[in-house]
Amino acid sequence: MNLLEFARGPALQVAVYIFIIGSLWRLLGILWLQKKRDFSERRNGRKIRGALKVIWNRAFTAPVFREATKHARFMGYTLHIGLFVTVFLFIPHIVFFKGLIGIDWPGLPNNVIFFVGVITVGVGVAILIRRMTHPVLRLISNFDDYFSWLVTLLPVITGLIMPIRFGVRWETLLAIHILSVALLLIWIPFSKLSHAFLLIVSRGTTGAILERRGART
Amino acid sequence: MSSNQFDLESKRLSIKEPEIRYDKQGDLSDEERVQKAMANFAKDFGSTAAVYLDSCIHCGMCADACHYYVATGDPKYTPIWKLEPFKQAYKREVGPFALIYRLLGLKKKVTAEQLQEWQHLIYDSCTVCGRCSLICPMGIDIASLVAMARNGMFEAGLVPHELHAVAERAEVDGSPLGVTPKLFEERLEWMEDEHEVTINIDEEQADVLAVISSIEIQKYPDAMAATAKILNAARESWTFRTDGFEATNFGMMSGNVEWQKNTSMRIIDAAIKVGAKLVLLPECGHAYMALRWMGANIYGKPLPFKVQHISEYLADSLNSGKLKVKKVDKSVTFHDPCQISRRGGATQAPRDVLKHLCTDYREMPGGGDYNWCCGGGGGVVTILRADKLRYKVFKLKMEQVEATEADTLLSSCSNCRQNFDDCQSHYDWKYTAESLLELVAENLEEANA
Repeated sequence: MNLLEFARGPALQVAVYIFIIGSLWRLLGILWLQKKRDFSERRNGRKIRGALKVIWNRAFTAPVFREATKHARFMGYTLHIGLFVTVFLFIPHIVFFKGLIGIDWPGLPNNVIFFVGVITVGVGVAILIRRMTHPVLRLISNFDDYFSWLVTLLPVITGLIMPIRFGVRWETLLAIHILSVALLLIWIPFSKLSHAFLLIVSRGTTGAILERRGART
Repeated sequence: MSSNQFDLESKRLSIKEPEIRYDKQGDLSDEERVQKAMANFAKDFGSTAAVYLDSCIHCGMCADACHYYVATGDPKYTPIWKLEPFKQAYKREVGPFALIYRLLGLKKKVTAEQLQEWQHLIYDSCTVCGRCSLICPMGIDIASLVAMARNGMFEAGLVPHELHAVAERAEVDGSPLGVTPKLFEERLEWMEDEHEVTINIDEEQADVLAVISSIEIQKYPDAMAATAKILNAARESWTFRTDGFEATNFGMMSGNVEWQKNTSMRIIDAAIKVGAKLVLLPECGHAYMALRWMGANIYGKPLPFKVQHISEYLADSLNSGKLKVKKVDKSVTFHDPCQISRRGGATQAPRDVLKHLCTDYREMPGGGDYNWCCGGGGGVVTILRADKLRYKVFKLKMEQVEATEADTLLSSCSNCRQNFDDCQSHYDWKYTAESLLELVAENLEEANA
């Protein structure tokens, strides 16, 4: 078994299992804790509506906070959109997903993806510099923040290197790229990257509570 | 504790400056303090708190919503940082991967020194105003976590001196400012004479049980007469009760769950005794949170009566025509008490009242639910060592009020009002907060009054 076979085979498989089991463990580990019943007389009855509202509207900072958060928001949106485009709209990835789940969708030309990838890494570097220099972020950051940053950007960086090669065999570069994705999958459940699924639970919880009170969501 | 420990002449009510501070209660060992803090933080640990503590992405945005950070630029006032020891303990002891964290030593044990250091962040520099909860992209309700952290800190005996003193007084005497039933009756009689209004006291049956805060009894007694005028004008069957008059809940603010329950139960028992259909809360922000949203959970089942803040009652009565008021001839702006508006959902009520009461209402820029807190809530106004910071933070509020250029500033919380009074005196400011309730009472149409 060569490196590429290992990456495509057992490495990716194990990573997917750890990702699924770890994520479920993390979610269930939180949700199995008792949910306290609220006996107060509700002002508004539609908890689900409140939950859905906050799940949606916290993606957009309230106008009163926009000026103060403009840098964080610009970088955050760019990183997330960049990751989405490079992961889901790169044609070789779409082919991979088709093999996995049986459906495909239109992609973007390779040079567009390359450009988006470069922007994504650039913004990623800016995010890291901001985290290391902004007094608030420097204070509240820990190993999780820095390692999650590395693990998130590695697949993008290893993907961008592939057409350049630097004299390394394509198969080796692909194997490294896949291994970096495996590392990302393994790390997600144990880290802040699990916000990908926890945001639905945390936003939804607050939305339901505040809607019940008729308070601002 | 003797009553002379309270400085009733002060612009805001707290105990007198102690010669020696006792910000540590009891004689527990450091180990026991940490153990108690964490056990009580996690005592009612439900999935809600777990979701919040597990979801933070360390984006730091909450700092931009916090008046303490915005006013000082000091990163330690970042709201989520105020919970760091508790977050650390959750991940190490309770979270889904707690075993891994412990085995690999990834999260250190919280120490007593750490908790002592955090006392300033959990009490002196957080009014539990919940503005940070509105900016969090993960939707984490940080304010509710601070309240839980206070539960832990109280049991660990790590409460600021003055806040513990007034909370203890409330538990022992039924009032944080030492108002006994006898004193309450005397103050009511005084207000009856002063305002020539009938004040019902200790009626055996009543549809409405009115409660009041000690801050009003001692500092703003006109509020008692105003309440009576309003309820008489609305022809309500109502009463104050000497066995359940205190609306403030310092048990809640200091973090003692048992004391919180005792305070709430005094009102609940009195309301049940008189067969009240409505408990009418006074101009007090945290009293609204304590009874309107937490009361039934303290009681363990739905309350057999409705709970309304006085501004909600006024809005309903004016909207339905039960009460009528004359318009006042001045421009008015309104300071929303955080626990009633942002946290409590009654933001519209004072605006409805003001629609009837004035022709020139001016909303503060960034007001309403996103309002800057006055900086005195959450017990902060009682903590003397927090004064310097409180004054600094208040400047944000001053800018917000001044931008309206209104003649008058109103509010519907006596705790906010005493903070405004104190800061007005400190800065020799042209504004202070006046009472919405009292302005309505002063302007009731004759037929109602």
